[in-house]
Amino acid sequence: MDHLTKLENKSIHILREAYANFKDLGMLWSIGKDSTVLVHLARKAFLGHVPFPLVHIDTNYKIPEMIAHRNNYAKEWNLDMIYGQNIEALAAKNTFPDGRCSRLECCKLLKTEALQVTLNGTGPRFRLNHETGGYELEKNPTAFTGIIVGVRSDEEGSRSKERYFSPRNQKNDWNIGEQPPEFWNQYKTDFARDTHVRVHPLLDWTELDLWEYIQRENIPMVSLYFDQGEGKRYRSLGCGPCTQPVESSATTVEEIVEELRTGKFSNVAERSGRAQDQEDGGGLEELRKAGYM
Amino acid sequence: MMNNNLDENQLSVIESQQSNMNIVIVGHVDHGKSTIIGRLLADTGSLPEGKLEQVKETCRKNAKPFEYAFLLDALKDEQSQGITIDSARVFFKTQERKYIIIDAPGHIEFLKNMVTGAARAEVALLVIDAKEGVKENSKRHGYLLSMLGIKQVVVLINKMDLVDYSKERYEEILAEYKAFLSEIDVEAESFIPISGFKGENVASGSDKMPWYSGMTVLEKLDGLKNIEDIKNQAFRMPVQGIYKFTAGGDDRRIVAGTIDTGKVKVGHEMVFYPSGKKSKVKSIERFNAPKTDEDVSGSATGFTLEDQIYITRGELACIIGERQPEVSTQIKTKLFWLGKEDLNNTRDYYLKMGTQKVKAALEEVITVLDASTLTKTERQYVQRHEVAEVIFKLEKAIAFDKAENSTETSRFVLVDNYEISGGGIIVDNLENEELWLNEKNNERNIRWSENAVTRKERAGRFVQRPTMVVISGEKGINKKEIASYIERGLFTEGRNVYYMDTESVFSEADAEVKEGNAMENREKQFKEFAKASNFLLDSGNIVIATINEIEEKDINIINTMVSSENIKLVWIGNVKDDHLPIHIHVEGNEKREMIYQKVKKLMIDTKIIFQPEAI
Repeated sequence: MDHLTKLENKSIHILREAYANFKDLGMLWSIGKDSTVLVHLARKAFLGHVPFPLVHIDTNYKIPEMIAHRNNYAKEWNLDMIYGQNIEALAAKNTFPDGRCSRLECCKLLKTEALQVTLNGTGPRFRLNHETGGYELEKNPTAFTGIIVGVRSDEEGSRSKERYFSPRNQKNDWNIGEQPPEFWNQYKTDFARDTHVRVHPLLDWTELDLWEYIQRENIPMVSLYFDQGEGKRYRSLGCGPCTQPVESSATTVEEIVEELRTGKFSNVAERSGRAQDQEDGGGLEELRKAGYM
Repeated sequence: MMNNNLDENQLSVIESQQSNMNIVIVGHVDHGKSTIIGRLLADTGSLPEGKLEQVKETCRKNAKPFEYAFLLDALKDEQSQGITIDSARVFFKTQERKYIIIDAPGHIEFLKNMVTGAARAEVALLVIDAKEGVKENSKRHGYLLSMLGIKQVVVLINKMDLVDYSKERYEEILAEYKAFLSEIDVEAESFIPISGFKGENVASGSDKMPWYSGMTVLEKLDGLKNIEDIKNQAFRMPVQGIYKFTAGGDDRRIVAGTIDTGKVKVGHEMVFYPSGKKSKVKSIERFNAPKTDEDVSGSATGFTLEDQIYITRGELACIIGERQPEVSTQIKTKLFWLGKEDLNNTRDYYLKMGTQKVKAALEEVITVLDASTLTKTERQYVQRHEVAEVIFKLEKAIAFDKAENSTETSRFVLVDNYEISGGGIIVDNLENEELWLNEKNNERNIRWSENAVTRKERAGRFVQRPTMVVISGEKGINKKEIASYIERGLFTEGRNVYYMDTESVFSEADAEVKEGNAMENREKQFKEFAKASNFLLDSGNIVIATINEIEEKDINIINTMVSSENIKLVWIGNVKDDHLPIHIHVEGNEKREMIYQKVKKLMIDTKIIFQPEAI
C-alpha cells in the first residue's frame, strides 16, 4: 500500500471514529488546502456524503475568492454549511486592519473568540439554506461536542505535540502536559460534560503529502494558491491583511508539487508568509493553548 | 455518479512515492535522544534553511554551548525544563525513504506519552547511555515495546565519547541488555555504538571506533524493511458503523470499517461476531476511486451485503471458512497500567477493543510485574506504570483473537472515568457457562450458512418450516401418548416429523442422580437435547418433544440454541408458573384428537405448515 493511501486510510478511520462517538460533531473548514482535503476525505469516509455540518469562522477579512469558493462547493457538494463571526468586535472596529489592536490581539478576537462562541453555541451562527442559496441565522444553536480540524504536525512546533483526539475544556484550554494516551486505534472519546474534543485526522500529513494527494484526487482548490500571472501565489491562506503571497510562478498543482518536492520551497517553512507567527517566539503556542487553530 | 476514476497522471504520482517509515526513539531520561535526532536532522540536511544557524546564534547570545537537542524542543516549557514532555514528530529523509521520528519522553511521569509515541511506530531506536549503563527505563521501555508489538528494535549505545570509545564498555552493556531482552522474547536488530554529540556512527561512520564494523544508524534504518500489510491472516474488520445516507436517492446500506488483517472479496460469506449473523458480500463501495472486487488489510473500506441483516457498530466481521475468533465474557490479559488511580476491583471500567466497548470488572490479579526489574509481586491491585496479568469479567461478550493468533485483534485499552488508563493484550479465553451457550449459538448460525442447501430451500421442498413443538405439563399425564398421536397424525398428512421422547430420559436421569447434582444434570441434559434437536430442525423437520414440567430457565437454554420463533409450547394440566410462554393450554383430561387439532391449527395459523386448498 503506498504512502498516500496509508495516510488516507488512517484519516478515514479517524473520521469514522469521530462520527460514531460524538453526537454533536462538526468540521472546521477554513477554505484552505488542509481543510479542503479534509472535506474530501469526509466524502470518501461516508461514501459521497458529509454527515455533519462544516463550520467556517469568517473574520470578515478573508480574501473574497475564498468566500466564493466556499459557497460554490457547499452547494455543489451538498454540504451543511455554517459560519460564525465575532460580530461585536467587527461592529466596534476592534481589529488590526482598523488600527485598533495588534495582529495577535486581532487573531484572538476574530478567530479564537469567534470560534469559541460559534462552537459552544452562544454566538450567532449562520446556516446555508440550499433552497434559497442564502445564509440564515440559526435558531437555538447547540454546542459541538466534537470538532474536526485540519492541523498537521509538520506546520509548527506546538502542532507536532497534538493528539488525534485532543480534549479541550469549557474554555477551549489545551493542557499539553496532561494529554491522553493514544494507541492501537483507540482514542479519547469519553469525556466529562461541558468539554469537547478536537479531532485531527491530518496530523500525520506533510504539506507535500497534501499537494500530492490534491493532485491524485483532483480536488479543486481556491485560485489563490496558483500564480495568476503576477509571479506570486499564496502558500498558506489566512486573512488578507496578514497573509502575504510568496514569489512563485506555479500555476498548476503539478508545479506546486515539484516546488515542494525538489524546488524552491523544499526547505522553506510553510507559514513563513504569516505575519503573526513572527511577532513572538511562543506567541503561536500561547494562541493555540487558548484555542487557535 | 458517486465514482470517478483515477487517470494515468494521478496513478504516476502514486508510483513515484518514496516509502515512509515511522521510528520512535525511546530511552532513559538524559540518555541523549534529542541530541541523536538533532544530529540526524542536521547531517541529512533535513532542517529548514537557516534553522541550525538560528539556534546556534541564540545559544551564543545566551552564552550557553550549542546542543543538537535545542533543535527539537520547540516548546517554551520544554526549553525551560530541559525535558521532552510529549512525543514530538520530526521529519527527515534519505535517498532511500522518508522518515518520521517520534521523540518519546524518557521521564517516567510521561510514560503514557511514550506509549502513545511508540504505538505509532514500526521501528524503535532504544538509547542507552554508555556511561550510565542500563537504567530502569531502558528496561521498562524495552518491555513496553514488546507489549506494543514493535518487532524491529535497534539499540543505540550513546555517549561513547564519554567512555573513551571503549569496546569493553560497549560489550558489557550489550551483554547485559541482550540478556534482558531475551527474557521478554525480544531480539534486537543490532547494537550500535554511537556519539550523538560528536556525530560518530550516526549519519556517517567513525574512525574513533575501528573495532566496530557494523552499520551506522542511518545505514541500519535504510536497510530495514517496511512492515508488510497483513494480508495472509484470517479476515478481521471491526465494524465502525452502518451507513445509509438517503440524500440524493442513495439507497446503499454500507458496512464501514478498517480491515485489520486479511482480505475480502465480493461473494465472500461473512459472519459477524459476537452475534453470529451472516450474509454475503454484495459489493465493495468507494468514493472517487476505481471500482474493485476486493480489499485488503489496512484499507478503510465499506461494503454492502446481500441480506438486510441487523448488525451494529462493535461487531467483528470475519469470513466463513477462515479461522474464527474467540467470543467470551471472561478474559485473561497482560496489561500495562497508566492510570493515576490503581486498577482494582471496586469500580467498573470500560474495555475498548476494535470498535467494541463493554463494561469490565477486575476479577483477579494473577501477578504484578515490575517492568524495570522483572520481579513479581502478588496483590489484588495494579499501580501506575506496572505491568500485570489479570482476569476481567465483561458485561457482554466480545469477539477477539488470542495474542498468539493475532496481534491486531487481541489488543484493548481500558477507560477509567473518561480516561484511557491502560492497555494490553488478551492471552486467553476463560470459558464459562454463558460462553458455552454463546459459542453454540454462533455454531448454530454458522452451520446453517455452511450447508449447501439452505433452511429456506428445505422449507420450500417439504412445504413446512422447521419447528419444535414442546409438549409439557404436570407429571403423571401421559404426554408420550399424546406426542405419538400428533407425530402419527402429521406424518400421515405428509409432514416430515420426528418425536423425541425426552420426558422419560430426563426423569431417569433425575432418578439416577441424588439431590444436589440433579439440577446440574438436568441443565446438561437440556443442552444435549437442544443440540440434538438442532440437527433435526436443521434438516427441515418438525420436532415433537415431551418434557416434564418445563421451566423458564430450560426454555432460555433452548431459546439460545434454537431461534425462539421456532418453538411452540403446549401445556397440559395445571400451570404453576404464569411466566411460561405457552401457546396452547389444555386440561389434563382433554382428548388427544382435540389436542392434535389444536396443534395443527396453530401450525397453520403461524404458517409453519400450509393449509391445503379447500376441495
